[in-house]
This record gives sequence, structure tokens and C-alpha cells, in this order.
Amino acid sequence: MIFQSFRMAFSSILSNKMRSFLTMLGIIIGVVAVVVLVSLVNGATNSVTSQIQGLGSDLLTVNITSKGSKALTMGEVEQLADDYDSIGATAPSMTQNAAAKHGTNTYSATIQGTTSSYETIGGLSLLYGRFLKTPDIGDSTAVAVVGVDVADELFGTRQIVGQSISVSGRSFLVIGVLNESTSAFGGSDGKMIIPYTLAQRIFKQSDVTSYYVTARDSNSVDAAQTDLTTAMMRKFNQDADAFSITNQAAILDTMASVMSTMTLLLGGIAGISLLVGGIGIMNIMLVSVAERTREIGIRKAIGAGRKRILSQFLIESLVISVLGGFIGILVSWGILAIVSAIASMSFAMTGSVIALAVGFCMFVGVVFGLYPASKASKLQPIQALRMD
Amino acid sequence: MIRMNNVSKIYRMGEEAVHALDKATMEIQDGEFVAIIGPSGSGKSTMMNIIGCLDIADSGEYVLDGQSIDDYSEEELAGIRNRKLGFVFQNFNLLSKLSALENVELPLVYQGVHGRERKKRAVQALTKMGLADRIHHKPSELSGGQQQRVAIARALVTNPSLILADEPTGNLDQATGIEIMQLFHDLNSQGNTIVLITHDARIAAQAGRRIRMLDGHVMIEEENT
Repeated sequence: MIFQSFRMAFSSILSNKMRSFLTMLGIIIGVVAVVVLVSLVNGATNSVTSQIQGLGSDLLTVNITSKGSKALTMGEVEQLADDYDSIGATAPSMTQNAAAKHGTNTYSATIQGTTSSYETIGGLSLLYGRFLKTPDIGDSTAVAVVGVDVADELFGTRQIVGQSISVSGRSFLVIGVLNESTSAFGGSDGKMIIPYTLAQRIFKQSDVTSYYVTARDSNSVDAAQTDLTTAMMRKFNQDADAFSITNQAAILDTMASVMSTMTLLLGGIAGISLLVGGIGIMNIMLVSVAERTREIGIRKAIGAGRKRILSQFLIESLVISVLGGFIGILVSWGILAIVSAIASMSFAMTGSVIALAVGFCMFVGVVFGLYPASKASKLQPIQALRMD
Repeated sequence: MIRMNNVSKIYRMGEEAVHALDKATMEIQDGEFVAIIGPSGSGKSTMMNIIGCLDIADSGEYVLDGQSIDDYSEEELAGIRNRKLGFVFQNFNLLSKLSALENVELPLVYQGVHGRERKKRAVQALTKMGLADRIHHKPSELSGGQQQRVAIARALVTNPSLILADEPTGNLDQATGIEIMQLFHDLNSQGNTIVLITHDARIAAQAGRRIRMLDGHVMIEEENT
């Protein structure tokens, strides 16, 4: 009987293809909107999250905002690693943009002054040559480790160890080229990393205003943050406003909450379009009931009860909405595949998104089909038969 | 067997109350071929609706097959129509989107008869009507006479206690009308009870008995001589 009802629903939908398609279109667009938007946000969240995690969730960033007399020195920063068990490595950092030149080529590079420990803290790996070493820092030697963009733009090749690059009249010997960065944040491709001591001189800034700290392991992040806070409070005379410590994990948490709000918002907006699609179904079902009054009369005369007529029309609207839902999922899959290819990111549809979309479609089909179906089922057979 | 006892039905048309049936009393025995005749507005359509359980009387008693049709829910009436009655209409009332076979199967679908058995019985009924080679045709691909025979097959397929035919020849040419009437005669001689509603005296003359209606009253019951 159920099978028979579905067959009848399909034949009724097929007998009016254009109208059925247009009705489904509302649902299709709604589903595509929900699935694509939610999947895009999910995909972006995952990618950003993995990038942040790639930086190391045990990373702490300290920024000194104090303009007071108490200045933090490079030595004090390096001392922190020895003073506290929880702290693994520290690296002061100062960055500034400057034009890097080689011959006639110019590239606006991010000049970063730091120490040798930044290699592990920043998760860097080298394509050619070596990273900064402690003697480079101590001697303020004019050497530089550059990102691939710098090499590409200035030399057109990546094997440039031994070449020289000039920045504001100073010449730097290239001692290493970094691997292409996989992270969109703090991307190292456009960087030119030089000894911290040299940067202090060039930028005419002796205080440490920013430095990175890694915890000894991922379990001691909280301890490291507590120890850092203690140390900095002592240094800046218990002035909590003099510095700020940013925890990578905290950024992740914030991100996650922002993204889930986004998902909710976009999903909600898309859900409204699905609702509009549902109203379209109700409209068409009402027209259909009016057009098929005679058919309903005939069916009732030969023994169809209310429940039969009700279920017939309900199944019909359910079939339209669920069919629309499936087509919508196929279309979304296509769109996401294209977007993934273009953005070279992976935007996969999750099972839960599909389940949500199909579930919502069924809900819409039943809710908006109910009124027309009940209207059909309540038609009096004599009146319905009298219609022409 | 049908028995009506003082059955009344009043329709309200605005202010006015129309006595479509006024204390109608009559009986039809099993195996009879009865014509209900009368001019339009005489109440014969209302009579048919009540006999056919499409409507319920306001007062009086109507007994179909020993079962008093009174205070039934719509759902139950649908069941009674399905099992005990077969309808044949003037304009055939076939579902245009379904094939002849599917049309005939429909009452069995509502009875919950399953696939193979249902098809077998529908094909039997159509074959009996001489339509064995037309079972997959849509109504639009059939002539008027063929459509009416599909409708009769649909009425017959459930083995109803009663076949109710409302002007079955009204939309057919004379030759086809005679053919269809012959079918009713054959069915009657096979033991089917047939109630024919018509305003055409020549058609009514072929029935075994005539019930004449006028202004909601059952006037005369004439026996064929």
C-alpha cells in the first residue's frame, strides 16, 4: 500500500514535470544554500584551526606595551627558558616592512629580527642552506634567511645561498632559504629573517617589544603562562597593563566560537530560504488539490477514506521536498567540489549536514503538505464529483 | 437487499429548505434490475447518493445488505462503498492518468489486496468486459463505450452487493448505449443487483422494475409486465 502510494505520487509528479520542477527548485535552492554555506564555514574553520594548530598550540606570544623606563632586554628574554622548567624556548622578535633589492629587482619584504631558537618556535624548515646560529646573533653578522617569495621575486630562482640582498643600503648575505609555508598565518614566504641584534641597530630600537615562548610540552602550556605572567609582573612592578600574553589555545577557542556563531547565522539565513521553498510546496499542493477535486471525488466514491487521501497528498509533498533535497545535495556536492578545486581547500559535506538538510526537507514537506492534504481529505465526495 | 423507510433529506439553499427526499420508502431485492426514474429535481440524485452511501439521510432508516447505514463516520462509509457498492457514472469518471488496468485495480488497492492477486482480478474483470487487449490503454485512448466498460469493470471487480449506475448511457451514442445496456442485462442475469438512475424512459423500460420519483417522493413502483 505504501509502495502503491509512492508510485502514485511519482506518477502525479511526473505528469506535471515543469510545475514539479519549479516547486522543487525552491527546496533545491534552500538545501544548496544550507549545505554549501555550512560546509564552507566548516571547511574554513577546519583549515584555519589546523593552521593555528600547525603553529603549535603550545605557543605563547608576549607583547610589551609598557612605554615606561623598565625595558626588557634580549638577555632577560633568553634567561626565562633557564629560570622556568615549564618554558621550553624563547625568541624575541621585531618586524618591519622594508624594500629588499637585488640588482634592479625590488621586493617589499617583512624584515624580522630574531634569534636562532625561532627556527623551532616558528616551525620553520629550510629548503637550502642553514638558519641563523648563535654566533650570528652575537656578532650581528649581516646574514639573512629568506622566504621563497623573496627568492622568487628578486632572483627568479630559489637556490640563492651565497647571494646578497640589500636593504636600506646594507648588504645581507643569504645563508638559507625557507621551505614554502603551509600556513596562512605568519606566513614566512615573504620574510627576510636577520639576526635580532642587527635588527635592533637598523630599526633603532633596543627594547624587546615582542617575543615568542613555547612551553616545554603541550601539557605545560598553562604552567608556562602562569610562570611568564609571574616573571613579567615582577619585571614591570606588578603592572598588568604593561604586557599581554596571548595563548594560541585561547585564540583557537575564540575562533571556534566565532565560527559556530557564523554557522548558525548562515545556516539560519539559508534555512529561511528553505522555508520559502516550503511555502512554494504548499501553494502548489493547494492548486493541485483544487485541480484534482474530481479525482479526489472519484477516489472517495470507490472507497478511499480520508486517511488514504490525506496520505496520498502528504506523500506527494514529501516526495517533492525530499527529491528536491537530494537534488540539492547533489548540486551542493558539485559546487563544493568546484570551490574546493578553485580555493585549493577541502570543503567536504559532512554526514551531519546532509542529515540536517534531508531532515529539514522532510519536515518542510510534512508541515507544508499537511494543510493541503487535509483540505483534500475533507472534500465531500458528492461535491467533488459534481465538479467539472 | 436495500430497504428505505421514511428517508428524508433536506438541503438548505440560503433561506429556503429543499426537501430533496421526503419520507421515501422502498425496497430492492437481491438480483433485481431496478430503474429509478424521474425528471431533474425529482430527488433521484439524492436517492442515488444515499443508496450509494455518498451521503447520509437526515431522518428515516436505510438498510443496505442487512446493515443499517446510520451514524457512520466518513471513514466507515468509504469502507462500505468500497466493499459493497460499484459505481458507474454518466461521464465514466475514470482517472485519466492511470491505465485501464490501474483504474480497475484502484478499488482493490483501497481494499488492501496485494499485487499479483489484484492484477489477476482486474484483468479478469476487464476480460469479462471484452477489453483484454486494451488493459494498458489510458482512458483518452479509448472510445466512450470502451471507457464505460472499463468503469463497469471497476465497479464489478470487488464483487459488490449492488451496482449503481447513474445515466450510464447518457454520454454514449445510441448503438453504444444499447451495447452497454446489454452488458447490464448480462450482469443481472449472472445474479448482480443493478440500480439504474435515468430520466430516459426508453432506457428505464429495459429494467425489471421502475421506481418513479417526483418532488422527493417515491411515486409509483411499476412492475414490468
